[in-house]
Parts: sequence; C-alpha cells; structure tokens
Amino acid sequence: MRNMRMPMARRRAIAVVAAVLLAGSVAACGNSDTGSDGGDDGKIVLGFSQVGAESGWRTANTNSIKEAAAEAGIELKFDDAQQKQENQIKAIRNYIQQKVDVIAFSPVVESGWDTVLKEAKDAGIPVILTDRAVDSADKSLYKTFLGSDFVKEGRLSGEWLIENKKDAAGDVNIVELQGTTGSAPANDRKKGFAEAIAADPKLKVIASQTGDFTRAGGKQVMEQFLKAHPKIDVLFAHNDDMGLGALEAITAAGKVPGQDITIITIDAVKDGMQALADGKFNFIAECSPLLGPQLMDLAKKVHAGEEVPPRIETEETTFTQEQAKEALPNRKY
Amino acid sequence: MNRIKPLLGHRLFWPVAVLAVMLVANTIYRPGFLSIEVNNGHLYGTPIDILRLSAPLILVALGMTLVISTGGIDLSVGSICAISGAVACLYISKAPDQNSFGMVLTALAMALGVALVLGAWNGVLVSVIGIQPIIATLILMVAGRGLAQLITEGQIITINSGPYRAIGLGHFLTLPLAIFIALGAALLVAAFTRRTALGMIIESVGGNREASRLAGIRSGRVVFLVYVVSAACAAIAGFMMTANVSSADGNAAGLWVELDAILAVVIGGTSLAGGRFYLSGTILGALIIQTLTTTVYAMNISPQTALLFKAVVVIAVCLVQAPAFRARFSRRRRGTPPPPAPSPQRQKEEVPA
Repeated sequence: MRNMRMPMARRRAIAVVAAVLLAGSVAACGNSDTGSDGGDDGKIVLGFSQVGAESGWRTANTNSIKEAAAEAGIELKFDDAQQKQENQIKAIRNYIQQKVDVIAFSPVVESGWDTVLKEAKDAGIPVILTDRAVDSADKSLYKTFLGSDFVKEGRLSGEWLIENKKDAAGDVNIVELQGTTGSAPANDRKKGFAEAIAADPKLKVIASQTGDFTRAGGKQVMEQFLKAHPKIDVLFAHNDDMGLGALEAITAAGKVPGQDITIITIDAVKDGMQALADGKFNFIAECSPLLGPQLMDLAKKVHAGEEVPPRIETEETTFTQEQAKEALPNRKY
Repeated sequence: MNRIKPLLGHRLFWPVAVLAVMLVANTIYRPGFLSIEVNNGHLYGTPIDILRLSAPLILVALGMTLVISTGGIDLSVGSICAISGAVACLYISKAPDQNSFGMVLTALAMALGVALVLGAWNGVLVSVIGIQPIIATLILMVAGRGLAQLITEGQIITINSGPYRAIGLGHFLTLPLAIFIALGAALLVAAFTRRTALGMIIESVGGNREASRLAGIRSGRVVFLVYVVSAACAAIAGFMMTANVSSADGNAAGLWVELDAILAVVIGGTSLAGGRFYLSGTILGALIIQTLTTTVYAMNISPQTALLFKAVVVIAVCLVQAPAFRARFSRRRRGTPPPPAPSPQRQKEEVPA
C-alpha cells in the first residue's frame, strides 16, 4: 500500500539504481569468468584448502606449501577452512567454478566428501589429497593421497616400546591419549600402535581417552588417568601437544616424566623435540609437515596427465632422546 | 513429608541432587574417587581437580548470568578468553625476564584492558545501536577467534613464567589458587548485586527495559555494564586456561566455553528470558558440567559414546529442573490435581533469547 503513495520520481530513481546494480552484477560475473581461467598464461593454478591454523605443525605445513608453490612457478589459491568441513566444501566448489587446474586439500574429517569430489571429477579437475585421507569407496574421485602414514607412525611407536620394554618383568600398563574422535590420525595411530603391541602380551592399554589434540585436553585426561590407575608405566599420546599437557599432570602427581612413566608421542614439533632432548619424553615418531615440494611435483604431473601412484608417503623418521639433541638446532618448525 | 516438601521445592534442590548422584555413582565405580591426600604440601585428589578445572567456567558463567538476566546473551566469551590469554602470553614471551612479577602484572592489565574494550564493543552494539544480543556477540565470537590467531600468528605460544603459571596452578592454603580467584569473583559479584540495588535493577531491566527506563533506571547503562563485566570475567578465565598449560593456543583456548556457560546458567535456574538470576545456581551448574566431564575420564567411557552420555545427563538435568515437566510427572504418578500453573516468568523460558 505504501508503494502506491511513493512519489513517482523516487520510484523511478529506485528502478534506475536497480538496473545499474543488475548490470553491474552481470558484468562482474563476466569478469570473474574470464579473469580466473588460469591456464591462459601457461601457469598451473593450484587451489588448496587447508584445515586451519590450529598448531605449529599446521603453520609449518602451510608455509611449506606456499614456499614450494612460489619456487615451482605454480599459482596458488589458498583457503583456510578453520576446521570446518562446510568451509572446505565451499572452497572446493569455488575452485571448481574458477576452473583451476588442480585442486588439493587436507580434509578436516574423513567422511562426507563424495558429492563435492564427484563435482570436481565431472568438471575434469584432478584432486590431490594431502596429509589426511578420505573414506570414499570410489578411489577414482581423487588422483593420489600424499601424506604421512599414520598407521605406520603408530606402529613405529609400538615397535620401539616392545624393544624398550623387552626386559620388563610383569605387565606394562599403557595409557593412551587419542586425538580428536573420528579424525584419521587418531583412528590410524591407535590402530597401528595396537597392532604393534599385540606382539607382546605383557603390554596392555589400560585406559584410552581423547584429549582433542590439545595441551589442555591432554592434561585434564592425564590427571584422571593418574588418579584412577595407581600403576601407569607408559603414556602414548597421539601428538606432542597432548603429551606436553600430560607432562604437567605427571609432575603435579609427584612423578618424574620420562623416568617413572615412559612417554611416546607423534609429530616432532619444536616444543615436543625440546621435551625429548630434555629427557621428559622418550620417543617421538615424526610426522613431517614439509610436503610442499612433493605436492608441487605431483600437481605438475597430474596436470600433464601422467600416471601417479595412488598413495605417496612423505619422508619421515623417528627420534630418540639422543637423536633429538642432535636434530633440534636444525628444526624448521 | 511436611518437612521434606519445602526442601524439594527449593530451586537448588535438583541441581544439588544431580551433583550428588554423579559423585555417588563415581564413588561406587571407584571407591577412591572422593579421597583427598596431601602431595607436596598441597591437597591432591579428584574433588580438588573438579573445583580447579571448573574455576574458569564459573567465572565465565558468572558474567553470563548477569548478561542473561538482562534478557541478553554473550556468545563472544570463548573468543575473549582466547584473546586475553593470547595477549598476556605474547607480552610475557617477549619479556626479557619471564619471572618478573611486575611484568606479569603489566601483561595481565594489558590483556584485561583489551577484554574491557571488547566488552564495551558488545555493550555499545547491544545498548546503544540496539542490535539483538545474539547477533551482536556472534560478531565477536567469530571474528575474535581470528583475532586471537592473529595475535599468536597461528602458533601455540609457550611461556615459562612462574607468576603467570600460579594463576592456573599455584596454591594458597594447600588449595589451588584458581579456586580462590573464582570464589572471590563470585563473592564480589554477589556483593555488588545482592547487597546493593544493582541486582534488582538488572532484573528489572531484564523484566522490562522500557518500563525500567520510565521508572528512572538508566537501562542502557545497565545493559552496557553487564557486557563489560562479562568480558572481564572471560578475560580472567582466559588467564587461568592459558596459565594451566603455560601456553596460549588461539585456536583451542576457551573453545565452546560459551555454550557450557549458558548451560551452567540454565541448570542453575536462571531464565533465558531475563528478569531473574541465581548466582549460586550458576556455580552449581558449572560444577555439574565439570563433574560430568571428569566422570567420563574417570570411568573411561569411550570417546565415541562420551558425547551421547553427556547429552543424556544434560537432558535429564534440564527436564528435572523444569517445573512444567515435574508437575506433569507428579500428577500422572499420584493422580492428584495439578499443582499451580508455572509462573509467567517460567513460561517465558521457552522463548529463545
């Protein structure tokens, strides 16, 4: 009703504004269509969606990818998903619309990727997974998975423990701090470790809880473990940060970390390596974030249409206390 | 029966009962659950852990109680925890002597200052500009997390500072210092709101902002004030969280604490529609939430089922707390006429703030 009373001049003005806006948006669409067709200048365009910036490990991973892209002459479109799958799906759809040459991403969680990966496949854009896997049954949805073998990290930890405790008399009680429930590193590290220690019946996991990969989480869970179980011989933490949090709980309980309780962690970030060198940790299985150069290599290969193996492991190692003291000065992260 | 009835009707009866049931269940599962021993001259045991770990949540929930009693809500407290912790830790990590007491005080003052500015930002958005509280504070909830990560540059800042560590782990009279800080804050808020007219003014603004204004209360100022207080509480909680692990994690510190705080307030009997608040109920609510988390670890409930377990307990607590539900339940059981209808203020609870 109010519209009818609106002065004619004003209505006309609104119509003009609307028309201009509409024209503008059409033009903008046109621009973005031509502007983002990356193949024009011969440079490969790689769209990458990162999990987030939740730890020093992740930041080192991001830096490695950015540096390697610049070195390899690849145009990198980078997106930070802030730990949310919906952000990541949005970013991948954006890359598909922008017609990038290759899409790479580190999935936040394992499941729920089929639809968006199918869209990328239909658009003819090859996808590379980095660092974390997806559980899609259709393996043709992505070209390759470049990343650490989390099962192997767990297994190496378990094998070291068997060797370390081979002379121990009686049961060896192990407590486990799991990563975020449902995440690939948590699932796989648990699995690899369990498989390895099954070889020695005296090694027993007496409690296992999630510490969400954070120091505060690791600490809070360890406090309860220490009270519920008077005899804990070994702590296996799925990452350094939870192990570092647990250190505080162990000290507060009047025990000496690294001596009263053998501590094994995974990752080898700087603070973790420092704890290992200081004798508070006993063993770290490395999970290297520096996969940038390998990723750029793969991006070039899949862009050129070359066949690549479906699974490529990042190069990594393990550290004992002595090795940590040697390696610490040269660590990048 | 006559003596029990008023007890049953007391608004704190059900939260206390739930807490007691959880403690008893834990003790049955592990008889040593409630035992406290002396370790290094400090009291050491699970009940102490629960008190210490619930201290940050109590602080955040205190501020949240005041905000909610004005009919508002503050979603940004988790981000403010992360920001204040990050600012303090960054300053300390850059200092030449991390153990200097004065330097730590400067860091705390600076971080608290930042938090007060953020609280004032929320307050202005809600009271001056008139944006709905849930939207106004959502801005800072999302943007603040980014800000915290910007301050820490996406890294975890590790510090090694004795005085700062004491906020989270220090002891006073054999008990953790954090308990005293939370208790002190609670007494301070209680004194200001219940020993002066401030509490009634806050409730009045929450009941009807316009009517309060016409009655001579500066409603806008009261609303502004509660957001600033909430931010200050969150900042101190942020210090505790980061001091507890001697590191600032812009990403994980205080994550989802706003939801736990709202839950604590609701369990405590404060109406989400505003107009009434119960500080003691809120503190009980925070203790219940922490006891629940500790129970999961103590009973070693697998992480996959832990969330479901928590949800079931929370639903049970909320149902048993709701007068409407209890009324219906007791009517069906006894076949007696229904008790008086719930007060209008209770009915308002169903309206999301």
